[in-house]
Parts: sequence; structure tokens; C-alpha cells
Amino acid sequence: MSPSGIKTEKLAGWNRPPVIESDGEGELLEVAMGPHHPSTHGVFRMDVVLDGERVIKLKPVFGYLHRNHEQLGERQSYLASMPYTDRLDYFCSLTNNWAYALAVEKLVGQEVPERAEYLRVILAELTRIQNHASTIGFLLQEMGASGTPLMYAFREREKILDLFESLTGSRMMCNYMRFGGCRVDASPAWLEATRKVVAGLPAFVDEFERFLMTNEILMARCQGIGVLKPDLAVNAGISGPMLRATGVNYDIRKVDHYGIYDRFKFRVPLGDHGDIYDRYMVRMLEMRESILILNQALKDLPAGPVMDPKAKIRNFRPKAGESYGRIEAPKGELGFYLISDGGPNPYRYRVRPPSFINLTVLEDMCLGSNVADVVLIFGSVDIVLGEVDR
Amino acid sequence: MLGDGILKGLAETAKNFAGSFVSKERMTTVEYPEERLPLPEAARNFPFLVYDGDDWEKGLRCVACQICEKECPPKCIYIEKSKDKKPDYVGKPQIYPAKFDIDISVCMSCQICVEVCPFEAIKMNTEFELATDDRFGGLLLDRKELARSNEYYHQIHPTEASEVDARLAEEKAKVEAKAKAAAEAAAAKAAAPPAAAAPATPIAKPAAPVEARPATAAKAAEVAKAPAAATAPVAPKPVPGTGSDGAASMTPEDKKAAETPAKTNEGEPKAQGEPKE
Repeated sequence: MSPSGIKTEKLAGWNRPPVIESDGEGELLEVAMGPHHPSTHGVFRMDVVLDGERVIKLKPVFGYLHRNHEQLGERQSYLASMPYTDRLDYFCSLTNNWAYALAVEKLVGQEVPERAEYLRVILAELTRIQNHASTIGFLLQEMGASGTPLMYAFREREKILDLFESLTGSRMMCNYMRFGGCRVDASPAWLEATRKVVAGLPAFVDEFERFLMTNEILMARCQGIGVLKPDLAVNAGISGPMLRATGVNYDIRKVDHYGIYDRFKFRVPLGDHGDIYDRYMVRMLEMRESILILNQALKDLPAGPVMDPKAKIRNFRPKAGESYGRIEAPKGELGFYLISDGGPNPYRYRVRPPSFINLTVLEDMCLGSNVADVVLIFGSVDIVLGEVDR
Repeated sequence: MLGDGILKGLAETAKNFAGSFVSKERMTTVEYPEERLPLPEAARNFPFLVYDGDDWEKGLRCVACQICEKECPPKCIYIEKSKDKKPDYVGKPQIYPAKFDIDISVCMSCQICVEVCPFEAIKMNTEFELATDDRFGGLLLDRKELARSNEYYHQIHPTEASEVDARLAEEKAKVEAKAKAAAEAAAAKAAAPPAAAAPATPIAKPAAPVEARPATAAKAAEVAKAPAAATAPVAPKPVPGTGSDGAASMTPEDKKAAETPAKTNEGEPKAQGEPKE
């Protein structure tokens, strides 16, 4: 399958990772970046071999945060896995909830009420905005802009997290979606507050762009660094903004139309060069598109129940079968693969984490660049270690 | 232009520096122990057990059905059923939790216990200042530490509590509508739960059919449907109403009966009063 006209003959020349020759002067230096390096977003280690400043080998080492997520999912009921999905990518717990709910709903053929679908879209797009904003903030933090852009991003994120808290009861571990709808309904006051926050978001994106887009330091550090070729990206299963920054038009919201995404008008921003700047730019534009979706969803939000009254909470036993629910999470394609043998818990529970799979091309992007750029390239991948290690 | 970005950034810094002296909404720091931000109503932290009345031990709504223990994802709830049954606040003999511990160092505040509880006995608290120097015992809360009054629940989650009230009012209205439709049925239904409970109501219970029967004799046309309606619901009624094993039977009616004995008692005189007219 070729999502967007990638020529297959190009893939024959796919050869990774490239071998970087050392210049033969001096000794090679092996450095362990992490697991407690402040730039590694948690506990992640990169074993880097350096020739002077140049990276000639990079080995990602992860698993420090392994929590047996998949095994836990197979050991307990379908509902009990829902709060654990919050803890995968703890920045975007609502999209994780949605992906898991979607997989289970596919498994049992559960319908979702209209209002719940709209609420899911609203919450997913709010999640996307706060995730992209903080990702860009962290990227600039790693570039040396210590604090300020991150604080600007977190100021907006805080408003969105307040919305999450007042609706779901928790800022990050929302545990909001259920098989067949959502747990609680949004009050008119909450919707009013959401409209207010959404109305303020374009100004924030404008401000962010005004300061960052043409900033010399940002351009000098980002453009042409950490280039990812589209054929490699497709072959390695990269998804999300990282894939779209290489120019591949693949957005699951458009491709799969899960939920009710076919009702909204939005565009998919695409990059051209696949470098850090394009990834940054794609995220920036995606925030704008998310605001468009939010405005449409908030306008059309119908009245009605948020939970299918026939949906079961306890004694949930799907008939034997399998399902794969996937969504366009802020970081890429998040999928849950479930096999049921008719019992109260899944026979197999598998997560397709976007962070983990996007991380596999880290070495290809880093080889040949300076060690200072490794931090930046790693930051532009946008990972959360809770999802990488599971 | 080279240096453009730096100038823009410095202009913004100057603007914010000046703004921080004049704009009130920018003063976001809260002096925490003295000042507190109000928590949103939906906020949740760790579970607590609701009790009605003044005595926490007698009023606990929990009937030790162990559903929450089974459904709890990190398995942080430990329940031991009592050997004996004691009359709960309704007067029904019920199993009660001899031991109900929640290890809040394990609890992940997911609220699933609240969702699955058929008796509205466990709710989420908003207390967060739970630090203790006792790492193991201090975070294992027993049922006495978990018990909170219904008033407290109303205080921390007013909307949720008022929703519960609305549900109860709806239930009450349903009972009244039934009373209008079938006088005898309503009388039997209203009398059923307190039959085992208060000594006063058993007197009222026989009184209702006695009053209704003369009515059927006198006004044949009006009450023709009443005995038919009465006989049909009478048979299933004792099951939810007087079902002594609360753990097994969890019909909505049983749930409501367990929740609001006071309200059903209030409804009773009206239900009995109507057939007289």
C-alpha cells in the first residue's frame, strides 16, 4: 500500500543505518546520554559513539519504565484496563482512552451516541493542542531557550488541563471514556468555558509563531538537521507529525474516518524536507487545524445522552473475535489490538505505541550530526517514555 | 533582518515586565497553606464510604457485596464480610463489612469503584493533604477512617448529590403515580420495606388492604382495575423490598430502597391516603 504516491522502486535502495566513517584522528568516545539526562524526557538512554563532535553510532536503550502494561491488560477485565491506558502517554490520556474504547467497541459492535462522539472529538483536539504546544515548548527548551517558550506553552496547557479537570475530575489521568460513550456529560458551563478557551487559542498560536517562526536561532538549529526521508519513514512505520513532515499525506482522521471525523472540514499540513523545522511547523499548523475542528464541533454539538443505555459496565464478555482500534493520537497512530476468547478479559492485548515506533529511526536521523543536535532531534520526535516502555 | 528575533523577544520581555506590575490577573501565585484555590466539583482523589445518620458504623451504606474489590484495577480494596447480619438503617438485616480497608498508596483514583457500586456507598473524596510519616499503616485506611457522612458528600460534590436527589425524587414520583393508578399496589409497595423495620408500620400495612377492599365493594366501576393491578405487582414486590440478602439482589428498586428509607416512608401515608378518597 502506498499512502501518497511513494514510488516503490525507491524503496529498493533503502539501506540503513548508514555507516559513518571516522576521520581517523584521535580516539572514539563512547558516551551514555541518559537515563537521567535532562533532555531525555524521562528515563531513556542513548549510547552514543562520538568522533569529536560527530555522532557515528547511536544505540537507544529503553525499558526503564516498563510496567507490564500488556500483561496487565490480559489479566484483568476490559474496564479495568481503561485507567491504565491513561498512563501510557500521560500527556494525552484522553486520546489513549479513545483508542482503547474504539477497539473494544469494534470488538462488541457497540454504538456510540452522537453527543459522546462530539465530546470525544472536542477532547481529542484539545489534547492535541496541548500536546503540540508543550512539545514545541520542550523542543525550544532543548535548543537553549530556557523556560520562556515552555512557560508560554504551559500557560495554554494549564487552561486546557483545567477544562479536563472540571469535566473528568483529573488533570492528566482522565479515565473518561467508556465502551459506548463517555462517563459524564459536559455541563453548559463547561462548554461555555471551553468556547472561551478555544476563542483564545488562535491568539496564542499567533504569538508563538510571531516569536518563533522566523527566529534566526531556531532556523539555524533546525533547518536541514535530522532529515528523515519519506521512504524510510514509510518503511519504518513512522506515523503522525513526523511522517507528515516528510511530505507523506497520511492522517488517520482522513484515511480512516474513525468517530465522526468525516463531518469536519480541516486540512492536513504537510512538510517538505523532513527536518526538525518541518516537524515543528507541521505541529504548529496542526494546532490551527485543531482549532478549526474544535469550532465546528462546539457549534454542532447535539443534545442527547452521552452513554448508550444498553452498554454494559460490569460482566463485560465480548464474544470471541479480534479487533484493532486506531486513532490519530497527537504523536502518531495509536492502536489497540484485542483478541477475545469470550472470557471476561482479553486473550491478547497489544498496544501499538506511536512514540516507540517513531523512536526506531532515531539513529538514522542522528548519524553524522553533532552531539548537540542529537538532543534536538530526539526532542522533535516527541515521545513519552510511559508509552515507549509501557 | 538579522537580529530581528532578538528584538522581538526583548520587546515582549519589556511588555511583560511592565504588565506584571499593573495587571491583576497575572498575579497567579497562591500562597498555598494560607490561601487555597477552590477545587472543581468533579475533582477526585481517593474513595470514602458514605454513611447516613449520626452513627458511622450503623449508617454505612456498604453491604460488603465486594463488587468494588473485584473490579478495582490495582486491587487496593480489602473487604471482609461479617459473619452475622445486623439491621442497617432501613431495618433490613444486612451483611456489613467487618473489615473495609483501602490502601491509598496503591489506589490510582480511577473512580471505577464508584461507578460499579450498586448501593451508592462509595464516593470519591477531594482531600489531598494525606501525607503521613507512617509509610505502611498510615496509608492503609480502615472503614472508620474512610467513613464520611452524607452531608459531607453533599458538601464536596453538590451537583452530583443533587443528581442523586433528583433520581430519588423521580423514584418517589413514580411511586405516587403508581399509587394513583393502583391504590392497593402502591400501598403494598410502600409498606413493604418498612414492614420488617419499624414497629409502627406493620399496623399500617394490614390497614391498607382493609381500606381498599371496602372501596372495591362500594365503587365497582372505579376500582375494577385496582385489584387486578394489585395482585400482579404484589408477587414480585417482596423480593426487592424485603430481600434480606442485599449482596445478591441489586435491582434498581432494591438499591433505591436501601438508599432512602426515610423518603419511602414519607411517601407511604400519601399512598395510603389516596384510596380513601
